[in-house]
Amino acid sequence: MPLVNGGKIADDSFVKLAVDTPLPEGGDILVPAERFLGDADALLKRGGKVGVIWPNNRDIAELVPYLGRIAAVALVFPTFRDGRAYSQARLLRERYDYRGELRATGQVLRDQFVFMLRAGFDCFEVKKQADAEAFMQTAKRYSVFYQPTGDGRITALHRRMQLRHSEGVGT
Amino acid sequence: MYAYDEIDRTLVNERVSEFRDQVKRRLSGELTEDEFKILRLQNGVYLQLHAYMFRVAIPYGTLASNQLRALAHVARKYDRGYGHFTTRQNIQFNWIKLAELPDALADLAEVGIHAMQTSGNNMRNVTSDQWTGVAPGEIEDPRIWSELIRQHTTLHPEFSFLPRKFKIAITASDHDRAAIKIHDIGLKLIKNEKGETGFEVLVGGGLGRTPFIGKTIKHFVHGRDILSYIEAILRVYNQYGRRDNIYKARIKILVHELGIEKFSREVEDEWQHIRNSSLQIDDEVIEDIRSRFTYPAYEKLPHMPDELRQAAADPGFEAWRKNSVAPHKVQGYSIVTVSLKPIGAPPGDATAEQMDALADLADKYSFGEIRVGHEQNLALPHVAKRDLPALWKALNRLGLATPNVNLITDIIACPGLDYCSLANARSIPIAQELTRRFSNHELANLIGRLHINISGCINACGHHHVGHIGILGVEKNGEEVYQITIGGRADESAALGNLIGPGVKFDEVADVIEDVVEAYLALRERPEELFIDTVKRLGVEPFKERVYATR
Repeated sequence: MPLVNGGKIADDSFVKLAVDTPLPEGGDILVPAERFLGDADALLKRGGKVGVIWPNNRDIAELVPYLGRIAAVALVFPTFRDGRAYSQARLLRERYDYRGELRATGQVLRDQFVFMLRAGFDCFEVKKQADAEAFMQTAKRYSVFYQPTGDGRITALHRRMQLRHSEGVGT
Repeated sequence: MYAYDEIDRTLVNERVSEFRDQVKRRLSGELTEDEFKILRLQNGVYLQLHAYMFRVAIPYGTLASNQLRALAHVARKYDRGYGHFTTRQNIQFNWIKLAELPDALADLAEVGIHAMQTSGNNMRNVTSDQWTGVAPGEIEDPRIWSELIRQHTTLHPEFSFLPRKFKIAITASDHDRAAIKIHDIGLKLIKNEKGETGFEVLVGGGLGRTPFIGKTIKHFVHGRDILSYIEAILRVYNQYGRRDNIYKARIKILVHELGIEKFSREVEDEWQHIRNSSLQIDDEVIEDIRSRFTYPAYEKLPHMPDELRQAAADPGFEAWRKNSVAPHKVQGYSIVTVSLKPIGAPPGDATAEQMDALADLADKYSFGEIRVGHEQNLALPHVAKRDLPALWKALNRLGLATPNVNLITDIIACPGLDYCSLANARSIPIAQELTRRFSNHELANLIGRLHINISGCINACGHHHVGHIGILGVEKNGEEVYQITIGGRADESAALGNLIGPGVKFDEVADVIEDVVEAYLALRERPEELFIDTVKRLGVEPFKERVYATR
């Protein structure tokens, strides 16, 4: 499954661990939420980055105490029709100020890239190779956004205010 | 009318090209039907019994004449020459071809019409009172807020994959013509004691399998906070709404299961986090949106012009005027409802020719504006009273002056088994038969205001629960059976109807309804007592006794 990181197809430095996979010596690991919470201090002490795979039906606030020390949060779209992770992503970015890697996993398809970017995702485990290759092009599909989110894209309302003011200056 | 600016136009065009690409990928097999289904639904495209159905949004029920012409053009070029106006201020085309849909959308985009989110589990078309801005006694014109919410809910990055569909309706009148109590969120525009604009917010209304009347979640939310408050409701719903069972996924079930107190606490907590964010709307933003609405330049006209006085001698005109013409906030003007309920025809249908002709009449008599109401009729919102006789003649020639607005033949019905893949029973033929039974105008007039609503399945697109008489088609042992309720209403006193007895067969429905009406005529205290009031006074029993005594 291709990984898109920072807008480009990239290698994945993280190894995903299941609940019972033996802990590798070194290297970056993505750990399921339960395992992480059960053994957070030990996991964070070892060399290599630690990321957490967080299910979409668990309160993301539980992860807040660790946000400064983890390198990645992987949120889950069991199907692309299940949009709970969009709320979790926005909460992480906008309420809890999380600045590390925010990864979309599960059924990640081209036609949701823009929504995901707007919600704060910056890393994508893309289901289909063709979708991964079309990432940059798809990300530019829209130039107008009505809602303010934490992604910093300027909203329509804002742009109108700017236009109004610049017109005001000219007259 | 709200006029799109370059920003709005750009977004709609970007949406069209995105959908064109999606259709292309579907046709080439790159997208599976499962993947494509949601994408097409988000653009209003259903797969029905015979063909794709295309549902186009008419936000808060306002249309400019050039937009109505564009709808006529789509009906003519891509469909079979007609369209069907729905109970949620949409129009549906029933015979569209998938490969042509992007072109149809592009044609509509040219006049600022889109089909975004007219289906799918997202925030649907924002609906409103079809008389906004012209009804006397309105607290304030709510269209500015409707437009603000339309924009905010369009392609929302967080709430485009909700547990289930989500519908918002707005009114600014004491008399609710927008049925806000049967919406996921109902907004009633009000002023607080300081004279500031805000909303009473209702949540959790809805029909379908488990009908609920919406409950007030907050008595006053200031206008500047309305987007953050809506966002808080949606965020709670997106995270906690049920996704395990499609019939329990609407917000009404979440509100019911948590209880309104607990639900409102959750919303309040969330709201406190986000109310002082960039979601807060300042006056300048409101003014900017207001500035892109155009308002008619009304003339100073007499209350009772000679033309109207003379026409009063014509009983045909008078019959129409009494039912179709409503007071306007400006002296000398009227609001004219255009009945799409001719005797014997499917409710809510209009041909391309009728749409074109009505657009011309709107230019001539109504400042180029048309409205669409949830009762599946159209309206011309600014008609000078002196023009009423001429307008009536013109509408009559088009078959658009049936004098039955709010009468028993002004039936709301879903498309039913004639078109819909979800339906269990036919709706349209029931409506057609009923209009024939009550085609005598004197009889209909004698009965007075009476709303019949028909749904062809439990999903309740015909809002049968809130019809004064509700008819629900179900399937029983391979046969169409109809359950009949009385006493429902969708206005400010919204209530769900009660069953009057066992279900009846297709052929018997019209007889039973005739008996219900006969019972009412015998039971009412005086001619002015409306059907709905008689039911309220007496309950279901006396009707049941009379209707089922001989059955």
